[in-house]
Amino acid sequence: MNARLNTHTSGSEVRRYPPKPNQVYYFGTCLIDLFYPEAGLHGIQLLEREGVQVIYPERQSCCGQPAFNSGYDKESQTVAAAQIDAFPENLPIVVPSASCAGMIRRHYPELFKATPLESAAAEFAARTFELTEFLVHVCKVQLQDKGQPVKVVAHHSCSAQRHAKVADCGNQLIGQLRNVSHMTQERGHECCGFGGTFAVKSPAISNAMVQDKCDSLVNTRAELLVTGDCGCMMNISGALEKRKDKLPAKHLATFLWERTQ
Amino acid sequence: MTTPRATTMHKELRVAETKDLQSRIQEALQDQELRSNFRGAMDFLTAKRASVLPDAAEFDAWRSEGEAIRHRCLQKLPELLEQFEAAATTNGVRVHWAETADQANEIILGIMQSHNAKRMVKGKSMASEETGLNHFLEAHGIEALETDMGEYIVQLDQSQPSHIIMPAIHKNKQQIAKLFEQKVGVDYTEDVDKLIGIGRQILREKFAEADVGLSGVNFAVAETGTLCLVENEGNGRMSTTIPPVHIALCGIEKVVETLQDIPPLLRLLTRSATGQEITTYFNMINGPRQTNEPDGPREVHVVLLDNGRSRIYADQQLQQTLRCIRCGACMNHCPVYSRIGGHAYGSTYPGPIGQVVSPQLWGIEKSGALTQACSLNGACRDACPVNIPLPDLIRRLRHEGNDLTATSQTPGKGSQRKTLEAISWRLWAWLSTSPKLYRLFLRAAGRFRLLAPRKLGAWTEYRTAPRPAAESLHELAKKHLEKNYE
Repeated sequence: MNARLNTHTSGSEVRRYPPKPNQVYYFGTCLIDLFYPEAGLHGIQLLEREGVQVIYPERQSCCGQPAFNSGYDKESQTVAAAQIDAFPENLPIVVPSASCAGMIRRHYPELFKATPLESAAAEFAARTFELTEFLVHVCKVQLQDKGQPVKVVAHHSCSAQRHAKVADCGNQLIGQLRNVSHMTQERGHECCGFGGTFAVKSPAISNAMVQDKCDSLVNTRAELLVTGDCGCMMNISGALEKRKDKLPAKHLATFLWERTQ
Repeated sequence: MTTPRATTMHKELRVAETKDLQSRIQEALQDQELRSNFRGAMDFLTAKRASVLPDAAEFDAWRSEGEAIRHRCLQKLPELLEQFEAAATTNGVRVHWAETADQANEIILGIMQSHNAKRMVKGKSMASEETGLNHFLEAHGIEALETDMGEYIVQLDQSQPSHIIMPAIHKNKQQIAKLFEQKVGVDYTEDVDKLIGIGRQILREKFAEADVGLSGVNFAVAETGTLCLVENEGNGRMSTTIPPVHIALCGIEKVVETLQDIPPLLRLLTRSATGQEITTYFNMINGPRQTNEPDGPREVHVVLLDNGRSRIYADQQLQQTLRCIRCGACMNHCPVYSRIGGHAYGSTYPGPIGQVVSPQLWGIEKSGALTQACSLNGACRDACPVNIPLPDLIRRLRHEGNDLTATSQTPGKGSQRKTLEAISWRLWAWLSTSPKLYRLFLRAAGRFRLLAPRKLGAWTEYRTAPRPAAESLHELAKKHLEKNYE
């Protein structure tokens, strides 16, 4: 074994993107499936509008990240293997969540290292794309803003910024919308405190983090919060609501779709 | 010889009981002064670091180089250690090997006793914090005085460092002024220069009186036997040159192959640690005073400390822990550390690197809970000058904590396992791999959404509960995609 295989080499890797395909798979993710299905559907519609046919495999469930991050590798592996099995054809897999896309891209190869699924996992990871990344780099989408002027603030998840490295794509898409003022939050790079089971295992720290995040978002005086990750959205919106702050939140897919209708 | 009591005492000071982790965190979060001290200091340090970094691409090239050097040296570590021992011995340095913290303390005590030495001045050394040296020596009637200003403050306060580079960063100048007034007996002054002047005056005398000077080591060079020491206050140079005996305490992972390895690591270290292009002092110590030299110590000893490092070394993934050059950038950038500060971790090594090092040095049973105080946000990994994948290692150690059959030799593996939690994950895996059952669950959650619990333990203490959607994405996609839902 080579220790350098485990090494994270930051920034320097550049992803090569394929030409726009006719068909893609869609991996909805468990949080969207259960709590924010509209966002998932809007992601599908954005892809369809670009002339890409979307296939939704029925047998999909969760990428396995919750167990993985909690250190339950075997359970995570079982669930991840089921996803690899559910997307058999060699089609790009589009995921409307940087967190899940990051899990697949970065951790599937590691999770299945030295197992019979090693090459399948690497191949699965290689054809996985986060939604905004796919829209920008593969579809080369050009959005026509049809909405009223609005001030929005974007929260990019830690996965979007540091793991899947797709925060720029989200910003680019928002930037294409003419009537949208994109506000900047203070400490935008900082974690909202979700972290999956972290929020319940270290509730006090998680709360301190989300309170600060709410403050910096509210301070922008934006009318709407947009984010590409439903974990962050659930955390931030839940805290804002508890504080009785009025800052509605939408998944980026919903926001982009609604404004371009 | 060590009394059993002394050993137990200094051990307990090194790692506070982890069962109190949550209450220490709560306490820290409620201390507004502490929080503002840390927030201010971390903002200052991160901004200062950013101001001396080259553009992202060049910095990435620098740290890839740093990573490669550390990786190469670790790959050759056993032979480099032997090479270092031979070269240092040729230079007239006496090399000692300590397998455990207690052995290191005993060796240092032995050297002091052989000189009938009673007074030690110390340059900054985290390794000596790790071994609990000060308390051990005190229990043997030896004064061990910290001479780094931050360490001096912490010692006056009978406390512990809260940061590996800035030991007293948890205190603001008003608190330090009060401490000096009470413990040193000087008039209250918030004038930082005056406070430093007071400290310096006291320490100058101590340097002159000391029998032994102890220091840490930033890099030990195998090819030449050179000990490198990076510092800003000059106390490191004084501790290693004025007393007649110099003892350097050095973790075995600190060895690099050649002098050429130093500049690339040094430029990463000083920028990452204090946002400096170079520190005020960079000491290279080759050996004791030679016959034609007017000053310097008559004896130089180096104590090579293992204390669990060989065990860490044995695991290919965990070995990356040992790449660390102790710059502290991971804690400066950590959203958890910047809110709770270093003491809440209850370990010599706080912050992300501490969450990785502590369970491996002191066992998962004692320090494993630390790995939970992390949202895996990755800010530390992005800041690390030698690309240590800290979140991956934290996650790995969570796994070690849950799994008795885990592959590493980390002591206490499986000790964090909670039966209910383990069963929940197994159920979750079963549900997530049974497509029909999973869809049934989604449908049920949607149909009975109004019955969804409004209280979800810790989650709803600070947030409202999310409510399942009436129709899941599976259902929406089926209607929308028709035949392409397959």
